[in-house]
Amino acid sequence: MNCDLARADLELYLDGELAPERARELEGHMRSCPECAGEVLRSVQWKRAVRAAGSAHRPSAEFRERMTRRAGAKAPRFSWGWSWGLVGVSLLLLAVMGLAVVRRQQERLVAEHLLSEAADLHVATLASATPVDVVSSDRHTVKPWFQGKIPFSFNLPELGGSDFSLVGGRMAYLRQAPGAELIFQIRKHQISVFIFQEQALQDGLSLWNGTSHRLAFSTDTWAQGGLRYIVVGDASGADIAALSRLLKAAG
Amino acid sequence: MERTGERGAYSSFRRKNIFSQIWNKQRRARFTLVEVSEQHTFDNLALPLLDQLYNFAHWLTQDRTEAEDLVQETYAKALRGFDLFRPGTNFRAWMYKILRNTFLTSRTGMRAAMDQFDEEKADTILPPVTTTPETLLVDKTNRELLQQALGELPVTFREVVLLADVEEMSYLEIAETLAIPPGTVMSRLSRARAALRQLVRKKLEGAA
Repeated sequence: MNCDLARADLELYLDGELAPERARELEGHMRSCPECAGEVLRSVQWKRAVRAAGSAHRPSAEFRERMTRRAGAKAPRFSWGWSWGLVGVSLLLLAVMGLAVVRRQQERLVAEHLLSEAADLHVATLASATPVDVVSSDRHTVKPWFQGKIPFSFNLPELGGSDFSLVGGRMAYLRQAPGAELIFQIRKHQISVFIFQEQALQDGLSLWNGTSHRLAFSTDTWAQGGLRYIVVGDASGADIAALSRLLKAAG
Repeated sequence: MERTGERGAYSSFRRKNIFSQIWNKQRRARFTLVEVSEQHTFDNLALPLLDQLYNFAHWLTQDRTEAEDLVQETYAKALRGFDLFRPGTNFRAWMYKILRNTFLTSRTGMRAAMDQFDEEKADTILPPVTTTPETLLVDKTNRELLQQALGELPVTFREVVLLADVEEMSYLEIAETLAIPPGTVMSRLSRARAALRQLVRKKLEGAA
């Protein structure tokens, strides 16, 4: 390769566009020709100078920030994959919510049914010629009476200092489950307190707690220590609540 | 009767086939869309190019505000046309192409294009200068002079020098960006560099 040919190829060589075999020839020539080697050096420096001069302009920080913010704020591209997913999730949510509502409704029905039964039992007790099987105002008499008759034990509240008095107790059955019925009295009003095993009621009341007023009876129900308490009476709601508090404290 | 039955079965088969073709096409389209949106979002590809695109825009317009407008318009256009960009092809060249086309249709661009060099006549106007003005290279204060010369270069020459020496694009990328055949890149670049050298030489002589 002579110098003229080498100079002709130099530009392509420096741009990295020269075919490999030509590039090898050129490199061979430069090793033997100091003039051409000097030209290569100058050309490399020139290219570098152009590069430095040509990168003179930089965007202002304000402009760069504006562009980046614009990019970040863009709405995500619409995709059916996403929207189908959203529809699916919404449907699922609706279904779950619907199920929850239905379940809650069913539980409410079951609970109300149980409360009505308890109210019936209470009325039957009051109408009975022998309202109580164990007649005693002494809780230490009433509690032992139930031993062996029901498959659980419970605590009776200390009524001293309250307006309540214990009348007695009797066996009661709710949903074929044996339980205790205690009769309390306050100012001529008789109140029945039913105690059953929570699991024996088949979870009918498991999620249902609180007071209600049906059939002119006030009721209160709650679960405590695996037992389900149902208080039914024609006394005021305040009296029912007071008795509930005493029972809860004893339970 | 038998024949019509056959035909009915055939047409139902064809129908099924066409539906499955359409379905497959849609699935493919969705697949590529997902691929594009997950791996190559527009922002992921375009934002890293902001500095160099701005630099190029500033060299074309020679004005900061105009350059900012040009870059902003380029990004807006590119985003709108992003569906047309084929993944796997050169995104950088694609962006430069949009920027350049946007510039050429702007008022400044049209004015600049008016006084561009006639490539056929270029050789007679400019004798080929291959030796570099050495004096410039040692003196760093002459960078400004080189910048002036770059700015005075006709747009057609300026852009090809910038793409080759600043963006270090290959001839093929340059050809794609400028929408010219690769062979033209070589000759235009050669002339542009010669013109730049001559301008610098003139400036150096004038300063001396």
